[in-house]
Amino acid sequence: MPLVEVSGVTKVYRLGDIDVNALAGVSLVIEHGEFIAIMGPSGSGKSTFMNMLGCLDRPTSGSYLLDGVDVGRLSRDELAEIRNRKTGFVFQGFNLLPRTSALENVELPMVYAGAPTAERRGRAIGALRKVGLEGRENHHPNQLSGGQQQRVAVARAIVNEAPVIFADEPTGNLDTKTSAEIMELFARLNRESGITVILVTHEPDIAAYADRVIRFRDGVIASDERRERVS
Amino acid sequence: MIDIPSTIRISLRALRVNKMRSALTMLGIVIGVGAVIAMLAVGDGARAQIADQISSMGSNLIMVIPGATTAGGVRMGAGSQATLSMGDAEAIARECPAVAFVAPTHGGVAQAVHESRNWSTGVTGTTGDMIAVRDWQLASGRPITPEDVRAAAKVCLLGQTVVENLFGGIDPLGKIIRIKNIPFTVIGTLEAKGQSPMGQDQDDTIMVPVTTAQKKLFGTAFPGMVRMIIVKGKSAEELPDAERQIAELLRQRHRIGPKQEDDFTVRNLTQAMQAAEQSTKVMTMLLGAIASVSLLVGGIGIMNIMLVSVTERTREIGIRMAVGAKTWDIRLQFMIEALTLSLIGGVTGIVLGISGSYAISAIAGWPANVSALSVALSFCFSGFVGIFFGFYPAWKASLLDPIEALRYE
Repeated sequence: MPLVEVSGVTKVYRLGDIDVNALAGVSLVIEHGEFIAIMGPSGSGKSTFMNMLGCLDRPTSGSYLLDGVDVGRLSRDELAEIRNRKTGFVFQGFNLLPRTSALENVELPMVYAGAPTAERRGRAIGALRKVGLEGRENHHPNQLSGGQQQRVAVARAIVNEAPVIFADEPTGNLDTKTSAEIMELFARLNRESGITVILVTHEPDIAAYADRVIRFRDGVIASDERRERVS
Repeated sequence: MIDIPSTIRISLRALRVNKMRSALTMLGIVIGVGAVIAMLAVGDGARAQIADQISSMGSNLIMVIPGATTAGGVRMGAGSQATLSMGDAEAIARECPAVAFVAPTHGGVAQAVHESRNWSTGVTGTTGDMIAVRDWQLASGRPITPEDVRAAAKVCLLGQTVVENLFGGIDPLGKIIRIKNIPFTVIGTLEAKGQSPMGQDQDDTIMVPVTTAQKKLFGTAFPGMVRMIIVKGKSAEELPDAERQIAELLRQRHRIGPKQEDDFTVRNLTQAMQAAEQSTKVMTMLLGAIASVSLLVGGIGIMNIMLVSVTERTREIGIRMAVGAKTWDIRLQFMIEALTLSLIGGVTGIVLGISGSYAISAIAGWPANVSALSVALSFCFSGFVGIFFGFYPAWKASLLDPIEALRYE
């Protein structure tokens, strides 16, 4: 069963009296273990598509199966449950809870999954170790560098052992060196743990880490190419 | 699946992070609860004080006063007629079974003099039973005896206020004072009784034998006339019986026909006082109601802050939703925050209200009774305020769109 199976998806926003076609019929299949970069100019619909893939949004029409589940028919709370168990998010602006330690930020998805305290703690420490943040468990976001904050976000994304990570311009706020480190981390997670990584970027050297690049233009897929990885 | 303990922890953390704001928000509830408790305590204290004063007047009292005179169509008001006599008083004591003690009184205001000091006070001519009727005690000396009454002896009992004003620190027992220039021997002093429910100083009084008052001090319209007869009933239950018996007896003695108006009035004093007590109770409720308005205002304060908090933490809500928080996770988080604010405020308010009540009673000298009921009630009410005013912001937070929320700056 493919991880993602999208067919004929459209998304229409109403802005005042005007209907905006953010997605105008997108079909796509993503298998487990792929490393995908989604590119395209702003307004091309790539973020809308990403939000829909991440179950933050529902398509106006068409169907979207995530791991065999028809997400388009689910209620708000059922979507929340899917986000909790099947997806991890990494954002451009890190989106960590302020004034909350790294450990507790990583524990957050497990809190909503209803995991017992001891298990939460153990798994959160494990996830932080995986992203190379041992010893920083009790640091608050404002005590961490941008790269470190993004690592915490990655740890939060993988802690529930979700099969897929969605990353929306994960290196947009980082310098070149740190960007490379974060991309290495994604590549390692993809390679070693078999986690599917789907990221949105407009930087070609970031997209170069992926083994499949999908380009959006005007709400449709303009190109979809597979290639050898750089690293 | 909602994990309540974790939700509580999340809420408490959010409150800790904004300590100052949380404290200020709580202040509304603190003041509200504190005011409710203090108001009820002070009101209840006032009620208790009135009840005390009622019992200090003497319990189960009935006053018999002469009726109104009518002169050429002008009615002069109750007590203007001279119709009661020593004989009436004796007959009441003798013939009314529901009556325990009877004290006829006849008196007025006179200047009392001792050496260089003088003092204007009420002089009451009465019998020895007056002490029993008023539930009074002697502080020193002996009571007025039937002998004193028979002989119209020039003896007197002094209230504490009179003792203070005429004697200062000296023991008045056996000393001579002059009332209307007639020398009286002080045979005893009365124990301090304090204020009457009407605010009169009950200790500002001199008691003399009723006959002495009639013959030597104030005179009478006819021999044996008394101004008022104070009666003590055997019990509260028998008071209406006593009233009826006295009225019947006096109508008979005064030869009043069935169609004629009474020439006397019988008043049940205790009833009047209980009415006063009742009105204080009503005032207490009123004060409590006013104070609970401030509790309501405190609740609105909580809602206001929770709404600000929801807006300010839109992004946080977005993050929580993105990682899997459901509608009720978010809703509960904010409701628990509101509830925590109001309950901590409530407990603080209770502490403040109780200590405030005692401070008021210490500073202003008002009695204050903090009742367990008012404490329990205001605690529950503050909890209710938290839930009620927390619901709307929580509901609003739970309906945010996760994408919009994540984008919020």
